Amino acid sequence: MDIELPNNIILTKLEPFFRWALSHSIYMFPFGTACCGMELIAVNAARYDLMRFGVIPRSTPRQADLMTVAGTITEKMAPLVKRLYEQMATPKYVIAIGSCAISGGPYHYDTYSVVKGVDKIIQVDVYIPGCPPRPEAIIHGFMELQEKVRKGK
Amino acid sequence: MGEERIVEIKTEELLKIAEEFKNKGYTYFSFMTAVDEKEKFSLCYRLSSLENKNSITIKVKIPRDNPVIDSLTSLWAGANWQEREVYDLFGIIFEGHPDLRRILLPEYWEGHPLRKDYQDERITKRPDFY
Ligand code: SF4
Repeated sequence: MDIELPNNIILTKLEPFFRWALSHSIYMFPFGTACCGMELIAVNAARYDLMRFGVIPRSTPRQADLMTVAGTITEKMAPLVKRLYEQMATPKYVIAIGSCAISGGPYHYDTYSVVKGVDKIIQVDVYIPGCPPRPEAIIHGFMELQEKVRKGK
Repeated sequence: MGEERIVEIKTEELLKIAEEFKNKGYTYFSFMTAVDEKEKFSLCYRLSSLENKNSITIKVKIPRDNPVIDSLTSLWAGANWQEREVYDLFGIIFEGHPDLRRILLPEYWEGHPLRKDYQDERITKRPDFY
């Protein structure tokens, strides 16, 4: 095109624009079951302030784009995790926070009650290792997810 | 406070002796738990006296092949969930308990995982590093 556009108009395709918008307004369903859940709270609080990345906590899966599984998932909890995940509308993303959600963590060996990784029940997009991960690591994980959203799954 | 007092009693006497202690001022049921000692289970009941500020432990041994004992829910309502937990994890039957169901594990669970001979194919054995 050779029409001169004023520089407050940007041309783009709809699909990347939608993904760009979503990546900066991720509605998060914070699912925290153990110590990592406390870390997730710290990330949301004033000092680290996750909301400046556009991540807004919603307390219902129906309004959320992202589910954060932070903490130990037991066999008894597993069906509930799966059901909550299935209640989310697409596009939906999952972040596994901490060793417990990744692999069972400290409870991997010699335990009868812990699910060895939440990816055994639902599919996970970003893994944040640590026991618990520092708030900086969690923020990094969210930025990786934003990158992933922008590129398309 | 003071020295640790442990009373070892027989299975049949539990209800009677617990009631005696309750009348003597040990009105607070702190907790109960069980230990798997291979051929026997031993149950420990911790009772506290809030006036005298001391506690005692009552120990009972019950055989593994017939793990049945009287429930203390008639004396302390707080024993209810504690006994359900011991039932859940050790499979000890409390006679006279109003609602003996699993409390921590899901209803469909088979076996009692804190028993030493519990087997489950979902358990990953820790490799021997040392
Ligand atoms: S990974 Fe560590 S800090 Fe996180 S929930 Fe598990 S035990 Fe707790």
